[in-house]
Amino acid sequence: MHAPATLRDQIDAIYRAESRRVLATLIRLLRDFERAEDAMQEAFVAAVEAWASTGVPANPRSWLVSTGRFKAIDAARRRSAFDAATARITDALYAAHEPIPDDDEAIADDRLRLIFLCCHPALPLDAQVALTLREVCGLTTEAIAVAFLGTPSTIAQRIVRAKQKIRQARIPYELPEFGALHARLDAILRVIYLVFNEGYRASAGDTLVRRDLTAEAIRLCRLVAALLPDPEVHGLLGLMLLHDARRDTRSSAEGELVLLEDQDRSRWHRAQIAEGAALVQRALRGGRVGAYAVQGAIAAVHAEAPTADATDWREIVGLYDVLLRLDPSPVVALNRAVAVAMRDGPAAGLALITPMLTSPALATYALAHSAAGELTRRLGDVASARAHYERALALTTQGAEQRFLAARLAALRHSGATPDA
Amino acid sequence: MKYLCLIYDNEAVWTTMSPAEAEADMQQYFTFTDDIRRTGHYVAGEALQPVATATTLRERHGQLSMTDGPFAETKEQLGGFYLIEARDLNDAVQVARRIPAVRTGSIEVRPIVDFGAMPQD
Repeated sequence: MHAPATLRDQIDAIYRAESRRVLATLIRLLRDFERAEDAMQEAFVAAVEAWASTGVPANPRSWLVSTGRFKAIDAARRRSAFDAATARITDALYAAHEPIPDDDEAIADDRLRLIFLCCHPALPLDAQVALTLREVCGLTTEAIAVAFLGTPSTIAQRIVRAKQKIRQARIPYELPEFGALHARLDAILRVIYLVFNEGYRASAGDTLVRRDLTAEAIRLCRLVAALLPDPEVHGLLGLMLLHDARRDTRSSAEGELVLLEDQDRSRWHRAQIAEGAALVQRALRGGRVGAYAVQGAIAAVHAEAPTADATDWREIVGLYDVLLRLDPSPVVALNRAVAVAMRDGPAAGLALITPMLTSPALATYALAHSAAGELTRRLGDVASARAHYERALALTTQGAEQRFLAARLAALRHSGATPDA
Repeated sequence: MKYLCLIYDNEAVWTTMSPAEAEADMQQYFTFTDDIRRTGHYVAGEALQPVATATTLRERHGQLSMTDGPFAETKEQLGGFYLIEARDLNDAVQVARRIPAVRTGSIEVRPIVDFGAMPQD
């Protein structure tokens, strides 16, 4: 039977809006990932036929959940004719008298359970990412493969192994206990930020698909923020919104990298900056000030400066001091040194960066050498600047960054030694 | 469901402990074991003699070889285990995180295969 186009459109829309919620609840009811997925698909197939004669029910979501559950019980019954073990599962399904939730709060809990399950730290990080994009966001394995430069079969295998571990090690489908909540939440935020950065770093090539990733990360973070309003969730959401607000100016029409100071600020998305900055403010007032909120605050100072020259570098250095206490990593120290150079002049920044260039953590980090190149250039030391840029160029593998450094080197040859400070 | 908690730690630390420190360490294990007996998690648990006492066997082509030492030389050595009964991995982790060696070495939590509940399809 063919459903009229309008019903098909309706069902497609319901699938996009509700399939993840239906799946999340079915996983809890059926206690099994694969069976829940099968049951959900069967429920939608059944909907096409049933709704053609009855029309779309008032609450399609609960119709789909209860139909999916009955389909799973049917399937289990068919299997139980063959073995006793599945007969026990059928009994358990009948015995399960958890009501099918209708209220939004119970659905929200199911969605959150699914996110916590997909981002369980007992799973490898790449599997957490793949599983979250597949099960929580509903991306196809093909789309995930394109985004992470893998093959669909690798991604599919990663997801299958993760589900196997969930079953064999019995990773539960539950919200973490209060004492473990923050640590588990950190794992979720790490996955979200990883997805965002994977999309954000791409400046050429599969731009469209990767733009999808930044949007997906923001959407996911909004969902987590709605379900679990925690300062660090707001901090990360604000940080991503602020970065993403500059998306149209980060590369030129030719795909070349454009530095923050050279970006056309009139093309930054102002409403998004306002939303991001407000979220960061809220996070900073929230008590548990974390690294995302502080990074967000730094991004907000940049985003709210009317011109590059008007940037409040004193404020930014102060924020990096706070960030360095929360996250004492070499890269944060490098970024702080660059901010110091902007506040106190290139010599002050160079004094901090020079010892970092031979430290084990940053000796092979291209951005450290290009920062040193920029500062020595501003001091008029062309020979050193050239050496630093050449080292940076040798270390970078990213196409746009390579072209940017080559252009810097070419400009050095033309300009000669003229300090521009 | 049963989980085996394998306790890995640097044996050398034991040899540098004063008798009082070793005593205090043992006491922590006694307290922990009593604790998980009370909560019903405990199934079994033992401490192992140092790896210097280990013997590794292999039979290949009908030939038994016997060598001195553990299967693999590592920085941290298997020093003991607990077999526990837990609701799920999160419950098992809540138990394993209280094994004293978690602060100096590491605890590997492995689910035990339940052959009675293997899926048939």
